[in-house]
Amino acid sequence: MDGILALAAGNLLSPIILFFALGLAAAFARSDLSIPEAIAKGMSIYLLFAIGFKGGASVSDHGIDATLILSLVAGLVLSFAIPLIAFAMLRAMTRLNVTDAAAVAGHYGSISIVTFVAATSVIGSAGLSSEGYMVAVAAVMEAPAILSALWLIARYGKAGAGMEEGLMREILLNGSIVLLVGSFLIGWITGAEGMAMISPFIVAPFQGILCLFLLDMGLVAGRGLREARSVLTPGVFLFGVVMPPIGASLGLAAALILGLSTGGTVLFMTLAASASYIAVPAAMRVALPEANPSIYLTLSLGVTFPFNLTLGIPLYLAVASAVTGG
Amino acid sequence: MQMHKAKRVEITIEAVMESRLTGALEKAGVTGFTVLPVLGGSGRSGKWSREGQVSRAGGMVSVVCIIRPERLDALLEAAFEVVERHIGVVTVTDCEVLRAERF
Repeated sequence: MDGILALAAGNLLSPIILFFALGLAAAFARSDLSIPEAIAKGMSIYLLFAIGFKGGASVSDHGIDATLILSLVAGLVLSFAIPLIAFAMLRAMTRLNVTDAAAVAGHYGSISIVTFVAATSVIGSAGLSSEGYMVAVAAVMEAPAILSALWLIARYGKAGAGMEEGLMREILLNGSIVLLVGSFLIGWITGAEGMAMISPFIVAPFQGILCLFLLDMGLVAGRGLREARSVLTPGVFLFGVVMPPIGASLGLAAALILGLSTGGTVLFMTLAASASYIAVPAAMRVALPEANPSIYLTLSLGVTFPFNLTLGIPLYLAVASAVTGG
Repeated sequence: MQMHKAKRVEITIEAVMESRLTGALEKAGVTGFTVLPVLGGSGRSGKWSREGQVSRAGGMVSVVCIIRPERLDALLEAAFEVVERHIGVVTVTDCEVLRAERF
């Protein structure tokens, strides 16, 4: 327990968390601090490019084995399954209607790539490495949860909601996934040589840009929370902090079965614990416009994202270290 | 100078629906339109601002078409099919244009 608390305290005082907290505080204080839209987009492109390339270069270094394929399958299964658990919990814990509950559940089966990036930074600081292909696992976990959410609506809600023509293509080919998978493949193909060529750009500035990006995320999360406090009933808020450890437990079980390293286990737990706030909200606006976006965006970005960033990741690191002996 | 009567249709809609709307307009034979970014606003679904959106899920765009009055119904029917279930505003105003052959 002391170890977990020490890790959590150390994590809370890291620059990335403190910059996130600064953004939150500035938003709550109604400061006019803002990161221009184009710069925020540029930073997210940089982070996806860097994390994808580093993952691919790592796979090139260490080679591939059956665990890679099995990890991708496990990621797919978790992404399909977690919304079903989240939906049952939401219906039991909150008064959300079927549409809102299914939309929220879809977000929790998908992933937050920024949480994943923060987790890679935390395990790096802890001196741990991870399987490079976890980046590919992150990519395959983006979309299946959307299908689960639509299935839940078809099963328990009104008829008529379904996958619109062209939506799946948009989800699978959204810019984040294309860049992440593309950078991963280029990193894999070019390996150590490619890494040596661009490492001054993707390694040294990475932490600083992540800090600035998290400052922006803090501003966005804080402003979202301020605007949408009314949707956060106690039950909904509780779901936002209880669901991540449940997802992380499923991720832990999968990682143990797969025999992943301690760092890989932390990343798998983080992926299963995080909730989407980019790909799934956009898909939900198209497929389920009746669902209230304030609820799912506030929960995933305003509650679960800060929880994972501050307490969740150190907790997953401590649990994974204890269980795997890492 | 000779002016010609036309209709100006402005559809403010969620950014994720932009390509669906413009696709429907093109299908209905409306090939001329302008897409404008919207900075922010407030309505039945609450306040929002372009600044601080992490995804396109919360953004809005404005699609403006200038058409001949006799083509208005076809345009509105096509637009309505797309915007019916979504947040947005559709307005029609009278306007005049200089070069009628372009609309």
